[in-house]
Parts: sequence; C-alpha cells; structure tokens
Amino acid sequence: MATKVHMEALSPTMEEGRLVKWTKHEGDAVKSGDTLAEVETDKAVMELVARADGQLLKVVVPEGSTVPVGNVVAWIGKPGEKVDGDGASAPAATAPVPAAKPAPRQPPAPAPLPAPAPPAPQPVPADSTRVKASPLARRIAKDAGVDLKLVQGSGPGGRVIKRDVEGAPASSAPAAAPAAPRPTYHAPRTAEPYEDVPLTQIRKTIAKRLAASIGPIPHFFLTTEIDMERAAEAREALNTQLGEAGGKISFNDIIIKAVALALVQHRACNAWFQEDHIRYWNEVHIGMAVAIEDGLITPVIRNADTKSLREISTESRELAGRARNRRLKPEEYTGATFSVSNLGMFDIDQFTAVINPPEAGIVAIGSVAAKAVPDGDRVVVRRRMRLTMSCDHRVIDGATGAAFLRTLKQMLENPLAMLL
Amino acid sequence: MATLTYRDALNQALREEMQRDPNVFLMGEEVGVYQGAYKVSRGLLEEFGPQRIVDTPIAELGFAGIGVGAAMSGLRPVIEFMTWNFAVLALDQIVNSAAKMLYMSGGQISMPIVFRGPNGAALQLASQHSQAWESWLAHIPGLKVVAPATPADAKGLLKSAIRDNNPVIVLEGEMLYNIKGEVPDGEHVVPIGKADTKRPGTDVTLVCHSKTLTVALKAAEQLAAQNVSAEVLDLRSLRPLDESAILESVKKTNRAVVVEEGWPHAGIGAQIVDLIQRDAFDDLDAPVQRVTQADVPMPYNKLLERAAKASPERVVAAARRVLYLD
Amino acid sequence: MTATARSPKDTAQTELHLKMLRQMLLIRRFEEKAAEAYALGKIGGFCHLYIGQEAVAVGAIAALRDDDYVISSYREHGQALVKGISPSAVMAELFGKATGCSKGKGGSMHLFDAKRGFMGGHAIVGGHIPLAAGLAFASKYQSQGKVCVCFFGEAAVNIGAFHETLNMASVWKLPVIFLCENNRYGMGTAFERVAAVTDIVEHACSYDMAAELVDGMNALTVYDATRRAVERARKQSHPTLLEVRTYRYMGHSMSDPLHGVYRTKDEVEEQKARDPITHLAGKLKEDGVIDQAALDAMDAELHAEVEQAVKFADESPDPDPAELFTDVLVD
Repeated sequence: MATKVHMEALSPTMEEGRLVKWTKHEGDAVKSGDTLAEVETDKAVMELVARADGQLLKVVVPEGSTVPVGNVVAWIGKPGEKVDGDGASAPAATAPVPAAKPAPRQPPAPAPLPAPAPPAPQPVPADSTRVKASPLARRIAKDAGVDLKLVQGSGPGGRVIKRDVEGAPASSAPAAAPAAPRPTYHAPRTAEPYEDVPLTQIRKTIAKRLAASIGPIPHFFLTTEIDMERAAEAREALNTQLGEAGGKISFNDIIIKAVALALVQHRACNAWFQEDHIRYWNEVHIGMAVAIEDGLITPVIRNADTKSLREISTESRELAGRARNRRLKPEEYTGATFSVSNLGMFDIDQFTAVINPPEAGIVAIGSVAAKAVPDGDRVVVRRRMRLTMSCDHRVIDGATGAAFLRTLKQMLENPLAMLL
Repeated sequence: MATLTYRDALNQALREEMQRDPNVFLMGEEVGVYQGAYKVSRGLLEEFGPQRIVDTPIAELGFAGIGVGAAMSGLRPVIEFMTWNFAVLALDQIVNSAAKMLYMSGGQISMPIVFRGPNGAALQLASQHSQAWESWLAHIPGLKVVAPATPADAKGLLKSAIRDNNPVIVLEGEMLYNIKGEVPDGEHVVPIGKADTKRPGTDVTLVCHSKTLTVALKAAEQLAAQNVSAEVLDLRSLRPLDESAILESVKKTNRAVVVEEGWPHAGIGAQIVDLIQRDAFDDLDAPVQRVTQADVPMPYNKLLERAAKASPERVVAAARRVLYLD
Repeated sequence: MTATARSPKDTAQTELHLKMLRQMLLIRRFEEKAAEAYALGKIGGFCHLYIGQEAVAVGAIAALRDDDYVISSYREHGQALVKGISPSAVMAELFGKATGCSKGKGGSMHLFDAKRGFMGGHAIVGGHIPLAAGLAFASKYQSQGKVCVCFFGEAAVNIGAFHETLNMASVWKLPVIFLCENNRYGMGTAFERVAAVTDIVEHACSYDMAAELVDGMNALTVYDATRRAVERARKQSHPTLLEVRTYRYMGHSMSDPLHGVYRTKDEVEEQKARDPITHLAGKLKEDGVIDQAALDAMDAELHAEVEQAVKFADESPDPDPAELFTDVLVD
C-alpha cells in the first residue's frame, strides 16, 4: 500500500508551505530520510524528507504552489502500485500531521465560536459549506458573531432558527426567552462571594476579535500631548454660532475631522493589513468606538474627510444613539479604515487602544484638561489632551506613525489648518 | 355606541352619504322597489326617490358603464352588484374605463365611483356563486379596494369610499351581513389604506381580511389555549395595502400566516408574502404560510364545501408550522 | 357664376357651410400629416385615420352646443379637432409629448379635453357606449340640458354593451345620440359577413328608439339628421340611433393595408369618387360661395396650420419621467 507524503509543519508557526523545488522526481527510488523537496516556510527554506522506502510514484503538487500543512503532496510505494487520486485533495484538517513535530498552531482565523447553549454543539453537518438558517437567525448570528455552522438547527431539515441562536430552550415557550441578566458594575452586596455571568455573544465576539488583534498584530504605541486651547476656542465659537437648535460640536467631532484630514496626507496610515498585501485606502472612513451596555461597537463615519464638522456631529450622535439601541446595520459598523477611541469623558488622561483589524491604526483620546505649561519663561494654564496612537507594525513604522501624529497635532493646535 | 348588523351599518352609510351629498346615487339590480337583494338598500327608495335609487335591468356591463359615464361628469355613483360573481361581466368598465380614465386623460377626468356588493362564498351556492374576487381587483392600478369585516368598518369604509374621488371597490362579505357589532355613533369614517389589529399578540401574525377575520380570531383563541399568542391583523384595505402595519407586526412576531378566501394561485396572500420576504426578510424565523380556499371550483356538497374553505383548524396548523411546534 | 343677394339666414348658413368645409379639409390635411409622421416613426402604436369619414364628425358636431358632450372610439382625431382641440395639442398627443391634450399619456386612441366636452377616445370596441349614456344620465340628473353624441363604428353593434345601453337609454329616456359610423368594415371583416341584421338602424326597433339612416359622405345631411336628434334629446329627453353610412379610404390602422383580401382597389376608388370634401366644395362653388382661388387659399392656410402643429409637436418636450406615477389616483 502506497504511503502519502504530506506537507509537514517545518517550523513551529508554519501553517502552509511553498513547494519550491522537487529534488526527487516521479519514478525515482527513495529511501526514508531522503530529501524529496525544498519547501519555503514562514521562516526559511527547509527540506521535506521521505518517511518511507520505495519509489516516488506520483507528485501531486507542482513546484511553486503553496500547500496547507497536512495536505498530500506526493505518494511513495512499490513500482506500478496504484495510488488514490482523491488523496491529493484531502482537506488539511483530516490529514494527520506527522508526529515528529507537534507544532502548536494558531487556529485558522476566524476562530469558530462554540454554540451558545444546550443543545451542545453538534458535529459540523456533512455539507459544511451551506447552513440552512432562517433570515432572522442569520441576522442574530451575524450581529452576535455566532458561527452558524456550529449551531445545531432545530427547524425542518436542520434549519437554524431564532431559538437556536438565542440559546433559549424553547420547547414550550415559542416566543423569545427573556435575555440573560446583564452584568452590573454596582452589584448589590449579597452573601455570594462572586457571581458567574455567562458571556453574551457580543462579549464573546469582543474577546475573540481583540485577542485576535493583540496577539498576531505587532502593536506599538506613540503618545503625544496636544494643546487644545485653540480647538476649544473654535469649538465654543462654533457652538455659539450654531445656537441652541444646531446641536453641539464635541471635541470628538473635531478630532474625527482632524484625524480624517491628517490621514488624507498620510495614506500610509490609512490602510488594511490583508495577509498577502496591504490595502492603502484612498477613502477615509473613521470608526468611532462607542461604549454600549454590554460591550462596544465602532460605527463608521464614511468619507469623514469630506464632511463638515456639523455633518460629523449629527452623524456621530445619530450612529452612537442607534449603536446603544443595538439598531445599527452591519454596513454601518464595518469598513472603517482607521479608528478613534475616546475615553476623555471618563476623565482618563491617557490610554492605549487595541487595533480593530484589518485596520492598521487607532488613536486613543484622553481627557482635555487644564494644565500648567511653560511658555517662555513663565507658566500658563492651557487646555491639553494626551493622544496615543496604536500602530500595526506590519503596516506602519515608527517614523510613519510619528509623521502622521505631527500633522494631526498641528491640525488640532491650529484648527484653521483644517480649512486648508 | 349602537349595536348594528353589518347590513344596517352599510345602509346607514348609504343613507348618511346620500343625505350629505345630492350627487350620490345608488344604481343596481333590485336596489329600489325590492329593497335590495340583501336588503342593504332597505328604505332608501322611499327616502330618496327613483331618480337616486335606480333599479336596473340585469345588464352589469351596461349599468356599470353608465355609472362610469355619470362619474365622468362629476356625479358620485354607487353601483351595486347583486354579487361580485355577476360583476365579472362589468370588468371591462371597472378595469378599462374606471381605473384608467384619470391616467389616460392626463389627469383631466377623475372617477368618484363606488362599485360594491357581496363577495366570497356563502353556503352551498356552488361554483358560480361562491368566489372571492379581491385578487382580480386589487391587481389594477387606479382602483382602491376595501373589504371590511365588521359592522363598524363596513360603515366607516363605505363612507370613505363614497367620499373618495377615485374608483373604490367595496367587497362586502356575503356571510357577514347578519353579524352584529358596535358602531360608533355620529360621524364614523374609517380611512382607506389602514389595517387594524383586531387582537394583539407576540408569537405569530395572522393576516386576514373580510370573512377570514372570523376564521383568524377563532384560530387565535385555539392558539391561546396552546400557549401561543397570535396577533390578528385585519387588512381592511387591499389596495392601497397598509404595508407598514404588516411589516411592523411581522417584525415583532417574526412569523406570519396569511388567511384569505380566494384561491392560492396569484392570490392576495401571495402579494403579502412578497412584501414580507422583501422588506422583513431578516426578521423572519420561518417561511410565511398561507391558508386559502382549496384550489378547486367550489363544490355544492356541504362537507366538500367545508373542506374547501379556509378554517380555524387550518390556520392553527399553519401557525404551528411557522412556530416549529410540530 | 353670379353673386345673388342673400337673406341673413342664408348668410348664417353660408358661414356654417364654409366652416364645415374648412373643418373637413383640416381633418384631411391633419390626417395626411399624421400618416407622414407615422411613417417617419414620430408617432407610435396604433394610429387610426379618419380620411374619407370627415363629413360625419363635421356634420354631427356642427349640430351641437359647445357644452354638449362628444365621446368616441379610437378613430377620433376628427371629432377631437372639430370639438375644438387645437391641431397642435392633438398632434403633440400623437407624438406622445407633454403638451398633448392628454399629456402624452393617452396617445392617438385616448384624446381628451374635458373642458371642451370631448370625453375621450376609447379603445375597447363598444366599451364607451355605456359611458355616453352615463354622461347623458348625469346631464339629466343635474338638469344641465346637455346632450351627448357617441361615435362608434358598425362593428361595435355586435357588442353586448351596445344593446344593454340602448335598452337602458330608452327605458330611462336619456338625452343621448348613438351615432354609428358604418364604414362597412370592422378591421378586415365586412359587416354583412358577421351581422344578421345589416341595416343597423333596424336595431332601434328593439329598443323603441327613434332612428335615421344617413348619408355619411354628405356633411349637410349628417348635420340635418343630427340636428333633429339633438332637438329630440334636448327637448324630449329621448335617445336616437343614427346609422351614418360612410367609408374609410385608409387601412384600419396605419399598420393595415388599404385594400387587398377584404376589399378591392376598385371599390376604394369608387368610394373616393364620392369624396365628402369634393362634394361640399363643389356645392359651395356652384352656389357661388367660394371660388377655386379661395379654396386654394383655404387649403394653403390649413397646410400651414398643420405644418405648424407638427413643428409644435416635434419641438415639445417628452413628459417628465415623474409623470409616470402621476394621475393614477387623485389625492
């Protein structure tokens, strides 16, 4: 019986390898330990060796192609022996990886989440490419980040329906079960030393997404302090101009506008990391982190560079309102090219924000506070604000980020520059 | 609040509108001397005289067209068909003349006319006298179509129809003429195009109109006993359709069953299902179910007839399907 | 040709005759121009021309008051023009333009001018006959004293609506004139092939209605007969059936042949020899009312008027796209 040759994990982090060159060819005799091919891993070019004796019967992967770890790349056996042609397309997940290097590997992103509740997650159905789900269940799952493939459907033909994704046992009650109690920051004192609160789907999503971010993304941080005196004056003047009816311009609106305009000048920071390429955006869509009752969400102000402060103000207020009511449509919280997170209203001086992939950067805004600062040989009181930019080093280098921050700082310190 | 039959509520609407506007007249078979085939026009000949309560020969096409011609010069005819089964002879006038006059005249000639009469199956009247015409009529742009289910709605919608400057089809329920209900005293007008929630609920929406309101309400009772809260939405108007009321309810319950007297193929329910799939797709937890008359001409035999009609039991079964209870 | 002294009545009559001649000639020139525009693709759909039948519309409508109603079939350009819709508004409607008498939404078959009592061209054969009775019913209901003339072709006589309506009009004594333009062919079917009773005027007996058989190639006889019917309607509120025998020179519509399987070229030529315009012009020349030079001048004037109508229609805008959704219902 012929033996499969698999793409092996030749480095601890290797997920796939590029077959650079076959050193043995079909018909060549091979012995266990012989080098069969050169394989480029994420680190270096390594040798793939034979694990059996015999003849290289069939090569199923041409040179130059990239193959997931575990896939069959060739067969070794007795001369004339038939090989199973299907083996070539065996999915990576089912092919055993040689035990020689039990490499700890990242789960492929996006990591599937377990089904939320009893009944326990069942094996993936045979046709895992298509999940039957009611439109409502699809929407709920999408909003909550539930992978429908892992949810056992209780409807006809295994259709996933609302009660399956909500996780409420619904055999007797057809209507939606009441939502699980939400965690509270001011838990009443009780005899219990602690309270276990199940993760909500959004909390699970946040956990997964942010872990996926801080893990693989090489973050670095740049902090600068910005004099907001003139921005504050400008804001006050604008709000006076707008009057009672106009709705107030916030510091956040000004910052969003300034960030957007600065990004126009620094496209290198307005980018997505896309595994095998970097997408530099010509449009500027600013994600605006909004705290909601059980998590956070980042609605997007599209083309923020082209919008007036008043438009940004109106739109951000409206989006934040709907975000808090969980009424955002998916297209309203996806597609940002860069994000802004502001904890200034919570009197936070300075913090670092976690990048929302695939974006390459986010700025974290602290509070605007009066500070004594030297001005020549005297000390004056100025309104100042600390801002920290998190950068994905795969996209943005230190100097690139610093240049962007310099522009941003200039704009905020001299808001008239935004008119240029 | 007076308790009236559906028949008397319609009679009140006619009387009040004829008192209110001398341009309103009633024309049809047996409306005068005979006092109405279903007695809807009882007493009107005595009050308004033969010029305004006009008995016609059995000539639906002709008198419907005469009504259209009268409306062209600004009168407000109410054309009664003894039943809508006979009105099919007048469809040319309803569809080609009344519905299109305003449009093809480039807005010059409006058409303040009402075509009314009993619609739908009664009891053992067999194939030619037992059918529901709403999907035929609601198909036509230029018409409004109402189908009241209660005495109050019958009065209020007929009054709206007579006052409307467009052709309005009023589909009365042949089996509803004797039902009683409270009708508000004084001026009572129900706007065309507004549905009415006849019973609130949270788990499934039962969309119905005309006679199927009774069916849906009975089904809702039975469902309540099974711990299911059904919302009963009475469309009242079929054109224009109160789309927002339907969507609002379905977005709340995530499930719908549409009940109608007509046949399934290209029926009113098909239109409502289309609306729901288009505008409430992401709110649906199950495909919408329909309960209709069986897809056959109506048989005479009592048992076969009963089996052909939409029944509370069939509505309950459909509701359980959309709730995944079976 | 000698000029003779005329009484005031004669003068009025002369003026009426000249007006009728002019109207017939206008229809003729208009329809010729419409045929040309159709051939150039400026007019679409169905276009049914009135050439040969001019005396019917002109004679009948000359007997009406301005506020009387006229309602017609889809071969109604002639009636529309005589009822007072301008050639420009009619031509623009044929062109489908916003300036047309039905805002470009009706076209050749649905000309309307409610203010002038022209209650439309209607395109379901016989479907408008009950509408005429309805208009007369309304006139009587409101004591307006208006009469309604309903033009329809002989083929409509086989339609149920004709019989239902004549019956009710007679029972209810409605001031309506059913004017049947018998041009002998329903599209390509000779009337005698499909009608048991070929003298349409006989149908009036079934409904106890006054009736007259009229020579439709002579505007003056049409005028006289219609005037009698109008008087009967206005004074006694009685309906009348007029069978007016006429002939269309053109095919059923612009997309149909002039002759061929259903009638011979000889027959068409023979009928053209009875041309109503030539006939009235000849009579007026004989009477010394008009000479060839004046006739030529009138013709030139009408040519120019029709040219102007085409220019107007050509230069008029199409309806605004938003018009698609207006006039479906009134608010």
